[in-house]
Amino acid sequence: MTDQNRIDRRFAKLRGEGRKALVTYIVAGDGGLQNTVPLMHKLVASGADVIELGVPFSDPMAEGPVIQRGHERALAGGASLRKCLALVDEFRQNDKDTPVILMGYANPIQRMGEQVFAEAAAEAGVDGALTVDLPAEEAGALNSFMAERNLRNIFLLTPTTTEERIGEITTLASGFVYYVSLKGVTGAGHLDLESVRDNLEHIRQFTDLPLCVGFGIKDGSSARSVSANGDGAVVGSVLVSAVGDAVDASAAEERVGEIVSEMRQALDQ
Amino acid sequence: MSKPGAIDFSTFPDASGHFGPYGGRFVSETLISALDELQAMYMSLKDDPDFVAAFDHDLAHYVGRPSPLYLAERLTEQAGGARIWLKREDLNHTGAHKVNNTVGQALLAKQSGKTRVIAETGAGQHGVATATVAARLGLSCTVYMGAADVKRQSPNVYRMKLLGAEVVPVESGSKTLKDAMNEAMRDWVTNVDNTFYIIGTVAGPHPYPQLVRDFNSIIGREARRQSLERFGQLPDALVACVGGGSNAIGLFHPFLNDTQVKMFGVEAGGKGLASGKHAAPLNDGIPGVLHGNRTYLMEDDDGQIIETHSVSAGLDYPGVGPEHAWLKDIGRVEYVTADDDEALDAFRRLTRTEGILPALESSHAVAYALKLAGSMSPEQNIVVNLSGRGDKDIFTVAAIDGIEV
Repeated sequence: MTDQNRIDRRFAKLRGEGRKALVTYIVAGDGGLQNTVPLMHKLVASGADVIELGVPFSDPMAEGPVIQRGHERALAGGASLRKCLALVDEFRQNDKDTPVILMGYANPIQRMGEQVFAEAAAEAGVDGALTVDLPAEEAGALNSFMAERNLRNIFLLTPTTTEERIGEITTLASGFVYYVSLKGVTGAGHLDLESVRDNLEHIRQFTDLPLCVGFGIKDGSSARSVSANGDGAVVGSVLVSAVGDAVDASAAEERVGEIVSEMRQALDQ
Repeated sequence: MSKPGAIDFSTFPDASGHFGPYGGRFVSETLISALDELQAMYMSLKDDPDFVAAFDHDLAHYVGRPSPLYLAERLTEQAGGARIWLKREDLNHTGAHKVNNTVGQALLAKQSGKTRVIAETGAGQHGVATATVAARLGLSCTVYMGAADVKRQSPNVYRMKLLGAEVVPVESGSKTLKDAMNEAMRDWVTNVDNTFYIIGTVAGPHPYPQLVRDFNSIIGREARRQSLERFGQLPDALVACVGGGSNAIGLFHPFLNDTQVKMFGVEAGGKGLASGKHAAPLNDGIPGVLHGNRTYLMEDDDGQIIETHSVSAGLDYPGVGPEHAWLKDIGRVEYVTADDDEALDAFRRLTRTEGILPALESSHAVAYALKLAGSMSPEQNIVVNLSGRGDKDIFTVAAIDGIEV
């Protein structure tokens, strides 16, 4: 374990190369628990810089229908927060460099205990967490436990976040900032590129952290457009949809690989 | 009169929406600005004389308040102890306490200039109460209802449609109230520019637990005044059923500082606490985070929310309002259960002895009040919140009796 966190290292490297980060989201255990680690390696082989591993929850309030179904499939297959940590541990046996972030909801972490979670996440080789329903006001305790273990706290900023809150949130945030490009749930349509650009420029005045843009990115060209003024793109629903539609694990891997490769190429153009 | 050092319950929640360790605002950043806007509007209006007058006017002339405080003499005789008084929320327009809150939130919606309201509903009472105020104000209305509840509460589904509302069956998760609430939140975050979300219970992110409580507190304010008028003192005990807990907090809140008044919240015991098939998070759950607040929840060892069971759809919810969680911890209110069979017995007993058909939800409160009265003396008084009427439940009861209606 080095002092520097894998997320920081990866973004520093990308910045040095003048490249954008490709952040990829899948739901842990979706498509079968035994197939998640191979799928994570496939993401990396196809050009992903950061893996966001969705922790399935019974009530994923901020997700659109595609990711909701991913959570339901994963839970039906026996996934849980503990099993997610075990999957990351397994992934780390063959990948020591790719940053892994857990994206999920507060209750499974509360149930495990925030301190226990932070310690277990660090042990497993997790690099950070984004807890969707833990806004800055409620995040203090978890943030401290995470920071003690050199883990990063990823926060969302939205088109409706006020100036005052942008200041507060960027003070608490570490690793990178996740900018939600539209009003709505994950997987929604209607991107407004002009507003994304203006908002990213505004957020830059508050923080030097990398800014990644997500919600509503469907393909290489939308990834490229939204990240033009940011440091990276987050893609989720289109990957979860591919896993859900695939007839088996190898078909899922193949399709996910194609999508990620196309986005990588578009971002590197 | 409160003693020095005693809690002044009127000062809760705190500015960030907390009741002790409970409540708060556990939502995605995407919802924060909408909640801030709602909170700012509510705080500026809640003591505004014009707003208060408009609310009181609607309660009097549209809802039909005050609701009576009725002495159930034959029921009292049968229980053989304290006198049982029924706070008749079943006599409100639309047949339950839910309309107190929707009338209040409709005034907020109107003030906000938004043209569309949405709601979640379980048994359909809150959906009907929302569709009702939407019709009255000419607002477009969408109600989310778990697909399983759509099936078991078909009369209310049709009532909502008659009132002009769109009813959206929710197929995700357990297809019940909690999933309807998830879906309503998703709609709100997507359509926040023109949409006002009317939450039906004292749960959800701040400021909802506070404003839903405040609108329903008319129940307790009236009951307090009526008690003094009718029997010259405050009641010895209050009893109300608790699902999310809006009718209970509405009755309890104006009495919380009266420390001599005992309070009992009755959760749905389902097939019994030992069976695990119930909806009693305060009796058999643990604190966690769901639907925007920290409170007691029914969940498994991994922190996943589990399915609940109750014969009454309106109590079939895995969480409970955060103020109740706090009142339990500090011991101000005692939370007990009545199971399905006890509620059904009370439903039949009240119908036959008083000619009042109670909602299955309210029947849980009646069931516990019968036991409690028997342990008290004849000069004591119990006020039971009869939160809704039971017409909507006759199909459920008939099915249990093996009768096709």
